[in-house]
Amino acid sequence: MSDVTLNINGITVRADEGATILTAAQDAGIYIPTLCHCPDVSSIGVCRLCLVRIENRRRLEPACRTVAEEGMVVVTDDPEIERLRRVILELILSDHDFNCLLCAKSGQCRLQELVNRIGFNEHRFNRLEHMAKDLPVDTSNPFFDFNPNKCVQCAICVRTCHEIVGNDAIDMSYRSYDLRVSTFANKPLKDSVCVSCGECMERCPVGALVPKKAEYPTREVKTTCSYCGVGCGLYLGVRGNTIVRARGDDESPVNKGNLCVRGRFGYNFVNSPDRLSLPLMRAYDDFTQPSSVVEVTEEGRPVTLPLVKREGKFVEITWDQAIKYVASSLAHYKGDEIAAISSARCTNEENYLFQKFTRSVLKTNNIDHCARL
Amino acid sequence: MAGLAASFGSGAMTNSINEISDAACIFAIGTNTTANHPIIGRQVTRAVQKGAKLIVVDPRRIPLCRMADIWLRLRPGTDMALLNGIMRVIIEENLMDTSFIEERCEDYDAFEASIMENDLATAENITGVPAQDIVRAARMFGSYIPATILYTLGITEHSHGTDNVRALANLTLLTGNIGIPSAGVNPLRGQNNVQGACDMGALPNVYTGYQKVENEKVRRKFEKAWNCKLSPSNGLTLTEMFESAREGKIKALYLKGEDPVVTDADTTFIEKAISHLELFVVQDIFLTETARLADVVLPAASFAEKDGTFTNTERRVQRVRKAIEPKGNSRPDWMIICDIAKSMGAKGFDFGSPQEVFEEMRCLTPSYGGITYERIEKSGLQWPCPDHEHPGTRYLYGERFNTPSGRAKFASIAYRPPAETTSHEYPFILITRRCAFHYHAVMTHKAEGFDELRSEEHVEIHPVDAATLEIRDGEVIKVTSRRGSIKAKTKITEIVPAGVVCMTFNFAETRTNILTSRALDPITKTPEFKVCAVKIEKEESAYLMKDRMRWGTGKS
Repeated sequence: MSDVTLNINGITVRADEGATILTAAQDAGIYIPTLCHCPDVSSIGVCRLCLVRIENRRRLEPACRTVAEEGMVVVTDDPEIERLRRVILELILSDHDFNCLLCAKSGQCRLQELVNRIGFNEHRFNRLEHMAKDLPVDTSNPFFDFNPNKCVQCAICVRTCHEIVGNDAIDMSYRSYDLRVSTFANKPLKDSVCVSCGECMERCPVGALVPKKAEYPTREVKTTCSYCGVGCGLYLGVRGNTIVRARGDDESPVNKGNLCVRGRFGYNFVNSPDRLSLPLMRAYDDFTQPSSVVEVTEEGRPVTLPLVKREGKFVEITWDQAIKYVASSLAHYKGDEIAAISSARCTNEENYLFQKFTRSVLKTNNIDHCARL
Repeated sequence: MAGLAASFGSGAMTNSINEISDAACIFAIGTNTTANHPIIGRQVTRAVQKGAKLIVVDPRRIPLCRMADIWLRLRPGTDMALLNGIMRVIIEENLMDTSFIEERCEDYDAFEASIMENDLATAENITGVPAQDIVRAARMFGSYIPATILYTLGITEHSHGTDNVRALANLTLLTGNIGIPSAGVNPLRGQNNVQGACDMGALPNVYTGYQKVENEKVRRKFEKAWNCKLSPSNGLTLTEMFESAREGKIKALYLKGEDPVVTDADTTFIEKAISHLELFVVQDIFLTETARLADVVLPAASFAEKDGTFTNTERRVQRVRKAIEPKGNSRPDWMIICDIAKSMGAKGFDFGSPQEVFEEMRCLTPSYGGITYERIEKSGLQWPCPDHEHPGTRYLYGERFNTPSGRAKFASIAYRPPAETTSHEYPFILITRRCAFHYHAVMTHKAEGFDELRSEEHVEIHPVDAATLEIRDGEVIKVTSRRGSIKAKTKITEIVPAGVVCMTFNFAETRTNILTSRALDPITKTPEFKVCAVKIEKEESAYLMKDRMRWGTGKS
């Protein structure tokens, strides 16, 4: 790819042909403030914070929408640009919720960062009429909330839903001061065509779209999603011995950071209280030495009762007992009397072992799994 | 998979997932991609945004239809007739790739003759798709390269699923859309590791890497490696196993990580078959409906609690890593299997880690030969990858096909109607599907939040049918097939065509598969989940009872 050379703030910068001034500057380590830019989606230049001066152009141009040209001379901040940015920021802040301490996005909020970088004129800001938006928070989605009062109308969510997900569940609606992100007919998200994938939530620069459960993991483990056959790269966030978060792996060639609703929010089955803990066995079987046997309810939860052998009920047994029992019972059957069904949910290693076990120990080729279903 | 194997020599996605967005034309048939493979659905979206043509073939108005250039709403189970119609147009209008056919394919003449047997009017009659739409689709598919075909269970879950797949293979070969990036036939696999389970030889007729059980040389190799005698004859398929159990021939069944009582066709039969077993061992992470019928249930660890590898739908072998300790006293499946094997006195199950298992497997499997844990540490490798220098294979059949002659085979196949047809008594066709918010029957229901999005079954029914039967939206109705009946709420929608109703099998409370048919594809033994004749009856009394309970007591 051919390069172009341009001058930003007196520094010579090389950029790929077709790159915008913003990316050229970012690649060269030059900071240009922006609120509505997201590298994953197209630029629309609505926040106007990235305005830069280009030599021989009459007006300031948004860096995120202007393609870098050979020989361009760009200035990213001078007193006029700084003043403009401050005014823009003050207008955005004038109807924004200031309760940052209680905001889930605090510390990772792009707006906070911009206030720190750009600053604002307190005197002028205080003279603005602060019209608090008092719109209802949409808590209908089980995984994330949408608070329109914190929304800065950057439309990253709208572009994400259109360009990345292709779902078009949300769009900008109403006009001027009432401009807001909404679903079709302004219905709650749950009743819209939203697929709850959470891609918008991941990209929201402020606290407008935040997960319902925001727990920070203490470490992350790179793995592969266990739902469908796409095999998305996944980071599982772990805290204690519990999974508290999942996020897409940007480096995975499969999903490049994308996830669907199951991958992003569906990890919780791992933590389910209904998980089986000890081997279970039908009590009617003639089974001796029940050392630590407890009765379990139909839901599979152990009831701390002493053993009562009852027809057809499950009792918990130890692993040693279970392994011995299964091994000795399987040994009763020969070859074609046994069949084994493996699982498309288990790992390759487990499938390999299971077919090896079936073929070499159980002496039968009666092994299959659900591929044909 | 058997269909693709017969045409090309092996059965797997021919291309990579991220090649889809570069296709010039996408032919999506029998796949609700955006719901079931959302990330691939996004690739399709991207392709369309970049200007690709999209042809969607589905009786339901799925979300993809919104972006489609052409949507062919065919009658359920008539895919074969439609594809043959499309291919006839391609041949008639000379849109095929003659040099590709000559150089890389065989059996073309017989195929052409078989296609020419039926004219477009027949195709229109059978499928219900207007002839001019078939012509439009054929011209579109025939004039763009690279064109890719995406399909899933809408194609395979039929009593003629293999034929359907072979027809798709024919279509690709006819237009020369294979062996290059972004062009090919791509079955999108449902489960995370269904590709891997097949690759690993969890099938009755092959060892790892599709090495045939009946091949003596192969068998000797495995006998030597495993140090034991191996059975020379193919085993039973899953569907045959249950039939065999019903007849009392199979007496013991060891099942891990599946829930056939909810997900297999005609579940009443499956339950009956299980009740005939003398020993039924289930290994799972939850007490599933199937596990409830077991004699012994062994608690397994989930994917987050063990190391290993999954192979995804594009043949990419990727690492799974242990994030947390197994919950409760559950254990990883590989440990359980090894413990049972050792307890039975078997040698060759002393593995210390999944990596050691992988090493043994790799040495016996040519297509996995060059894949090691070290090489897939950062990102996966796509098989075939025969040696350590091999970079993996993005798309298949660039040079030759895996058939003995190296050429792909055209198949001459005629349309066969679905095994079960509607009758005066059972006038509706039932299609089963999965919904976007759930995954099969257990996992998502155990994860918080998903039941809020979708908590119960809906029977989708067309407004015209609903009006005829005087059914209101949300009313509880009784759906009856020749095998059983279930009750569920209706959802009146134009997503389904008139005469067709649609249900998911995601809810254990509403076991849709009580209704489905066990009519099998003769080669793959896949049941016909997608077409089954049903009747719909109002559940007046139940509905009123519920109303009365709510309003009548004067309390609550």
